[in-house]
Amino acid sequence: MRTSLAAPGVTLPGNDRMDSALIVARGITKQFPGVVALREVTLSLNRGEVLAVIGENGAGKSTLMNILAGVHAPDAGHIAIYGEEMAISSPRHAMDLGISLIHQELSLLPNLSVGANMFLGREPHVAGYIRGRQIAQDAEAILARIGLEVSPDTPVSRLSIGHRQLVEIARALSAEARILIMDEPTSSLSLAEAETLFEVITELRARGVSIVYVSHRLGEVQALADRVVVLRDGEAVGELVGNAIQRNAMVRLMVGRDVSYAYRESPATPGDAVLEAHDLCTPAWPEYPLTLTLREGEIVGLAGLVGSGRTELLRVLFGVDPATSGSITICGAPVSLLNPRDAIAAGIALVPEDRGHQGLILEMSVRHNLTLSTLWREGHSWGWLRREWEAQVAADQIQNLGIKASTDTRAVRVLSGGNQQKVVVGKWLQLRPRLLLLDEPTRGIDVGAKEEIYRVMETLAQEGMAILFASSELEEILGLADRVLVMHEGRLTGELSRDDLSEEAIMHLATGQGVGATNPQA
Amino acid sequence: MKKLLGITGVLLAVFVLTAILEPNFLTAYNLQNTLRWTGLFGIISIGAAFVIITGGIDLSVGSVVGLVGVLLPMFLIGQQWSIAAALVAVLVVLLAIGLLHGILVTKLNLQPFVVTLCGLLFYRGVARWISGDQTQGFGAGFDSFRQLAIGRIPITESFGVPIPFALMVVVAVLAAVLLNYTVWGRYMMALGHSEEAARFSGINTRRMVILAYIIGAVTAGLGGVLFALDVNSVQPAVHGNFYELYAIAAAVLGGCSLRGGEGSILGVVIGAAVLRLLYNAINILGIPTQLEFAIIGAVILVGVIADEVVRRISNIRVRDS
Repeated sequence: MRTSLAAPGVTLPGNDRMDSALIVARGITKQFPGVVALREVTLSLNRGEVLAVIGENGAGKSTLMNILAGVHAPDAGHIAIYGEEMAISSPRHAMDLGISLIHQELSLLPNLSVGANMFLGREPHVAGYIRGRQIAQDAEAILARIGLEVSPDTPVSRLSIGHRQLVEIARALSAEARILIMDEPTSSLSLAEAETLFEVITELRARGVSIVYVSHRLGEVQALADRVVVLRDGEAVGELVGNAIQRNAMVRLMVGRDVSYAYRESPATPGDAVLEAHDLCTPAWPEYPLTLTLREGEIVGLAGLVGSGRTELLRVLFGVDPATSGSITICGAPVSLLNPRDAIAAGIALVPEDRGHQGLILEMSVRHNLTLSTLWREGHSWGWLRREWEAQVAADQIQNLGIKASTDTRAVRVLSGGNQQKVVVGKWLQLRPRLLLLDEPTRGIDVGAKEEIYRVMETLAQEGMAILFASSELEEILGLADRVLVMHEGRLTGELSRDDLSEEAIMHLATGQGVGATNPQA
Repeated sequence: MKKLLGITGVLLAVFVLTAILEPNFLTAYNLQNTLRWTGLFGIISIGAAFVIITGGIDLSVGSVVGLVGVLLPMFLIGQQWSIAAALVAVLVVLLAIGLLHGILVTKLNLQPFVVTLCGLLFYRGVARWISGDQTQGFGAGFDSFRQLAIGRIPITESFGVPIPFALMVVVAVLAAVLLNYTVWGRYMMALGHSEEAARFSGINTRRMVILAYIIGAVTAGLGGVLFALDVNSVQPAVHGNFYELYAIAAAVLGGCSLRGGEGSILGVVIGAAVLRLLYNAINILGIPTQLEFAIIGAVILVGVIADEVVRRISNIRVRDS
């Protein structure tokens, strides 16, 4: 049994007006250069409720959350907090009002310890001298409550992304937040971590804390939310309460039409081996050799919890971190992958985990991003850039993938997450790789864009490409993969064919319960 | 583009203002002089810009100018080498310096600031040591060679384009072509924005960074040759002092971001011109020369602030439209 989540001595305001809304935002309008992010949105948040805000990427969810958290000021509209109309002037002001935003982009300082991060800007001090012991004690108590077993002294840089997310939540709790805004909180969590988070959310709600929950994962929303507000193109287009919170209803409101998940109907019969990796050791786990084969035309899912070694395996296969031992052959020819250039030359492409830092150069234009990885092979003559070729390639990929950008000379930064991810995919398609690796290809992108990414993956597989994708979303692994490799703590703990595939089977292997049973590879 | 407009505006404003206040400013002699210095500083600024665009910094420029200023006369006078041989020897030294900086930054992952700061100290020390701190010069014998720095291409009877300026134009055109029209320029821009994303795209980022430092060292050295030919009496302890700061200032004025990934060669050239024009204005208007650094510093600061203000206003305008 968990102990109480509210910090001792905290009295929650509004006890005397249980039914009144904590936040009422009316007519919120916000414009950014070139786009209206929000148009006359009205939203209210009641005490002790989980309010889910959903919508496709670019629908305005993050903007709305940023306004509530004082990051942006609205261009028009009124916000009343605890019944009092006011302008939230800064994130600090929001925090003082008891509103904490847990960012989509993690905002911890990796060089500082967990405790220091939790109390950043609010350090208890005596005449400027930070009371480290008190921070450690308070941090430890809060970490224990959310079931995160790390010492407050641990530098954040040593934590997995999943754990960092939990530290963010611990930080909000330490600030005695009464309103928690969570922007895609589970997008980088493993199932187990997500479960912990859901328990925390449920308990917080029972304590009267209100939670605004922004997510693409409709299953979570259905399980957690008391009320759902759907945004589309900057407008609130609908609200669902209680039993009306159903996947189909939500999707219909989000995209404005009925959508059925088109799962891969008939897996192709795999062809010749494209990749054969034998006794491959990653620098992260040099003690566990990995052996795997990928064949032409198959889509293989790579499942496992956060930190299970999926990303590390993909990085080795793309030459980012060279293997410490083992051998790799591509289409029968042995290759040595010492850097991404070697991998690209061997016909391997990677859609990396971190779109903003690894996949794209955000400040560069859509066109230049799309051609960047192919320039050397076909984009120049004697070093001279072939500009017409570039324009043509960009136009082709934009059309092929349905990338929505007003012109291809705009910086990628201004695109929505889904369109950014399509640019990452597009820049590799021009290369015509034999093996396409994708790491969390649909993280943080909307339903519509997800479907389009799936469609592209299927088409590519049909054309004979071998595809290996790592994903934390079991749903997409179940829907898309012809076969699934499961990792746990650096080992391949099993392989599931399409017939054996189920959430339970994957989780069994992903939690290490099948360790040592069989060597997964034929 | 907007950045270029701003800096061009500053250039014109200083020019017109000085011309109004002091008619002697517009004499052929004075203009030629300013152009010559613009050429000399423009060349070293272009190299500094390449390093800055890839996200680095080169603090060794001034000391490289000093070292070359000592080596060239020593090769020519002391060793009695031919001009070609001396220039080749200098070039080899410069390539080695650039390569060393690049390798230390990329392979050992040292910070550019630290590497080139050590270079600043090291090359200055070497220059003073090998020359015994004695002033170096070419004497009277290298008059035609010295025309590279002090000569001019006559346009009218009284006015000619100084050769260093013409050389700078050549360097600038080559640099602009490299940066904007070749795959390597694109790579440098890309890695300046995000080294990791560039590497994930299959770019040999190390090689590109090394190339940038080599360009930086070679242009600094070319500048060094011209500066030495120009003064004809190189004092090892001070020749080229602070020139790295002029070069960085010109690059920043011209729109380079010290975060990397941004900048244009034309902007850098105009930036160098603004600095020289200011220097000239201070002298010709009789402003106390002690104020030189203060004025240049203030102008750079105002320029950077104006740039930021313009950016914000244009953002608001986009929003309103």
